[in-house]
Amino acid sequence: MNAFWIAVIGSSALAFITKFLGASVPESFLSHPRILRINSLIPIALLTALIAVNTFAVKTKLVLDHRALGIAAALALLIAKAPFPVVVVGAAVTSALAYRYF
Amino acid sequence: MSVKRDSFSVSITVGAYGSAFGAAAVAAHFSVLQACLLSLLLFSGASQFAVVGVIAAGGSPLNAIATSTLLGTRNGLYGLRLAPLLKLRGFKRVVAAQITIDESTGVALAQDNENDMRKGFWYTGFGVFIFWNLFTLAGALGAQAIGDPSAWGLDAAVPAAFLGLLWPRLSNRKSWVLAGFAILLALTLTPFVPAGIPIISCTLLAIIIGWRE
Repeated sequence: MNAFWIAVIGSSALAFITKFLGASVPESFLSHPRILRINSLIPIALLTALIAVNTFAVKTKLVLDHRALGIAAALALLIAKAPFPVVVVGAAVTSALAYRYF
Repeated sequence: MSVKRDSFSVSITVGAYGSAFGAAAVAAHFSVLQACLLSLLLFSGASQFAVVGVIAAGGSPLNAIATSTLLGTRNGLYGLRLAPLLKLRGFKRVVAAQITIDESTGVALAQDNENDMRKGFWYTGFGVFIFWNLFTLAGALGAQAIGDPSAWGLDAAVPAAFLGLLWPRLSNRKSWVLAGFAILLALTLTPFVPAGIPIISCTLLAIIIGWRE
């Protein structure tokens, strides 16, 4: 079994276990304010890190390439309140043009 | 507004993002089958993009699993909140668990009576599930048909999708501070530790910043 299959099956299994446990344990469980606070911050930390790494890194090297222009376009579109599909397509088109002409 | 119309409009708009996921997965060298299985079995957008994002960044599968699972913990908390309302038992609990995501929870909690809340959960959960999976297949096949992902900007579509998911969560000063530190920590660690570790390390920042009110 290669890395891709391990990632697909492992993450799917744990995602379901997480959802199922939530639907099964009593509500008072885990509803401590600190847990709730940290839980709402975890997606912010991980999503930001994923953006940084997927934009400015190739494996363990820091780079500045066409993707940076793509993410700048996405940021501009979000500030202009564009809907999600426009943001993703706008970033892709900008990055593709930069890749082609620079 | 009727709960059916709410559920349908959320399902079709959110479902359409599935095409971005399918394309991103194939661009990161997952097969069409693997992309579709992630949408069927994992079924949580941010976690699915995380699996693809960590692997695309050169991270190990264990790292991809850990990052995706941490991003999915909120689904467990949604279940905690919804279970008493949905009166779950047996097989129904299994089905409800699988479709407990941001959107089904959001539409359910936006209704003003318990009956509509239950309807909102089931309609939106099934609706997003159907459209998300169909669009994943379409996006994956589309990406497979084209050549170099960079030439089509697919390598930038992944971080842009993350940014789109992050944006509505940046609602106060604390979240902006956390995001700033996460960029710094992830990029500072990148040259020194195996790929994938810089991403999951940022969980620590969430714990530190969330510890105090």
